[in-house]
Amino acid sequence: MAMMRYAEALNAALREEMQADPTVFLFGEDIGRYGGVFKVTKGLREEFGDLRVRDTPISEQALTAMAVTAAMTGTRPVLEIMYADFVPLTLDALVNQASIYEYIWNGQVTMPFVMRTQGGGGSGAGAQHSKSLDAMLAHIPGLKVVAPATPADAKGLLKAAIRDPGPVIVLEHKLLYNMRDEVPDDVVVPIGKAVVRREGTDVSLFATSKMVHEALAAAERLAGDGVSAEVVDLRSLRPLDLEAVVASVAKTHHAVVVNEGWRFCGYAAELSATIMDHAFDELDAPVARVTLPDMPIPYAETLESAMLPSAETIRRAALDTVR
Amino acid sequence: MRNAPSPEDHLEMYRRMCLVRELEEELGRLHKKGRTRGPIHRCDGQEAVGVGVTAALGLADKVTTTHRGHAVYIGKGMEPGPVVAEILGRATGACGGRAGHMLIADASLGMIGGNAIVGAGIPAATGMALSAQVRGTNEVAVTVFGDGASQTGICHEAMNMAGLWKLPVVFVLEHNHYGLTVPTEVQSAVDDFALRAPGYGMPVETVDGNDAVAVYRATADMADRARRGEGPGLIVANTYRVEGFSTSDMGGYQDPEVIAKWREHDPIRIAFDALEPTFGAERLTEMREAAAREIAEAFEAAFEAPFPTFAVDAASAPYTAAQN
Ligand SMILES: Cc1ncc(C[n+]2csc(CCOP(=O)(O)OP(=O)(O)O)c2C)c(N)n1
Repeated sequence: MAMMRYAEALNAALREEMQADPTVFLFGEDIGRYGGVFKVTKGLREEFGDLRVRDTPISEQALTAMAVTAAMTGTRPVLEIMYADFVPLTLDALVNQASIYEYIWNGQVTMPFVMRTQGGGGSGAGAQHSKSLDAMLAHIPGLKVVAPATPADAKGLLKAAIRDPGPVIVLEHKLLYNMRDEVPDDVVVPIGKAVVRREGTDVSLFATSKMVHEALAAAERLAGDGVSAEVVDLRSLRPLDLEAVVASVAKTHHAVVVNEGWRFCGYAAELSATIMDHAFDELDAPVARVTLPDMPIPYAETLESAMLPSAETIRRAALDTVR
Repeated sequence: MRNAPSPEDHLEMYRRMCLVRELEEELGRLHKKGRTRGPIHRCDGQEAVGVGVTAALGLADKVTTTHRGHAVYIGKGMEPGPVVAEILGRATGACGGRAGHMLIADASLGMIGGNAIVGAGIPAATGMALSAQVRGTNEVAVTVFGDGASQTGICHEAMNMAGLWKLPVVFVLEHNHYGLTVPTEVQSAVDDFALRAPGYGMPVETVDGNDAVAVYRATADMADRARRGEGPGLIVANTYRVEGFSTSDMGGYQDPEVIAKWREHDPIRIAFDALEPTFGAERLTEMREAAAREIAEAFEAAFEAPFPTFAVDAASAPYTAAQN
């Protein structure tokens, strides 16, 4: 067990997996000499050399397509895309290449490829550097999508992603990189397993990434309102831990889905429909959604903070649901 | 000489470069005091590119720029007030505080706009040139982009179509030798970007990017060709990023001697020296001081201006204007 920042936990995961497997290699913009703009790859070039930790040109589309085929031919590439906002540039490689080959070629190839990226608002970085594109990525059959909320999960999920035989997208959050917490030495978090962060009996709050912390803060306030909220950290957006979701709804009979993405066709919409498909009889009220409103993310502090889900907006949604 | 700026035009370029310099330095000071928000990309030391390029254009001509576009904004005729207010996220900003410093636009001036997706400004201007061709006007579109952006696939795709269709677009590669922290030699298979132009059937001119007159002449020349229907051109403007990539850059990867050398080769000093015999040092110094006052006033006004108030954008929100 060690105290680590989220960024350091990711770094430890990369280091350990590179030490264990010589076919693991990293590439991306500014990840080598500089150690990444969020310092996740710090020191790795010095340790593993520039064949395995490589600075690249600004070429997201080609890099992703190359990572896919490098993965098919005997390596385990981990590609860093600096901001989730740039993932749309890589979509052909994800939607038309990475996600289909294993299936259509009848299992002749595997695709042990990891894309790490970070998203989320709150830093005043503007409309092209603040998005959460979870839903867009989770939409694609053949991709796995995980979003760690804690340093331990950051390490454990990234290690699982690197070992996974298929393409996995790891969504980090720019406002979590400095979060410090205990990280078990040998942590590996299986993809597709949720965790209950706080037990409760009146309402289930489902979240990932930074929204888990907002939900926990909301649960604290709800306790003051006399409402016992359970906080479920999904950790993995796809595959979803349906069993854990249904179990929580069966316990509380009320569900609030929190997601930092947009509402329309968003991840919260998918999850709420899934709950209705699988646990309709358990529900005492419609599933509530807390999301971003459907609009570009503005720059000014007064505009940005007003549109991000917060402990308070989650609390209000939960109160509306249980009353 | 045909494409030379008049002495008055040159003087105006000097004034605008002074405005940009004062703006950038004040942003640096405010960042140190923790009074800015988000990353800010300074362009001091590179003013001659943005100002020189835009000085050679008309009002109807369009320009796109990068995440480092302050010199282009001011060059294309934006007043410092709305630019500064936008950078500080105020209601009085050029875009009401919605855009922030990387994405500023003023459509009435053809400044549309800054772009923080690296490379995205290149096809953007190419599309504006396509529009000009379809409408049968003699407007040109110009895109200023970095050496880092010139590695993107979309740069090459856009240049090919511009060459193929003889679109009235001028590609201005602002070669400051770094893409974020990565030096050009780690990003490009060739170090002479002029080599790219023949591949797309366009002429190229390499200029001292710190000499606003050289930038102006090259732009005026390429823009003339484009207006005549002879197609696009490339300008490689050599300059150097003397400050960090952004206010969040921890630095340490650039050679201080190289930075010092480029600081000596200062675009404002180059303009000063060229203008001094005509206008006298006193007038030029006064202009610099006036620029400093104008920028200080712009910051003062912006700090006093109200913050914008939030409302859900009805046009983007399909079913409800009061979500959450
Ligand atoms: C598509 C995309 N990839 C990565 C980034 C992150 N990024 C912002 S600026 C930059 C470097 C750009 O270099 P260059 O085009 O040379 O412009 P300069 O900063 O030197 O002015 C990078 C990698 C981005 N904004 N967009």
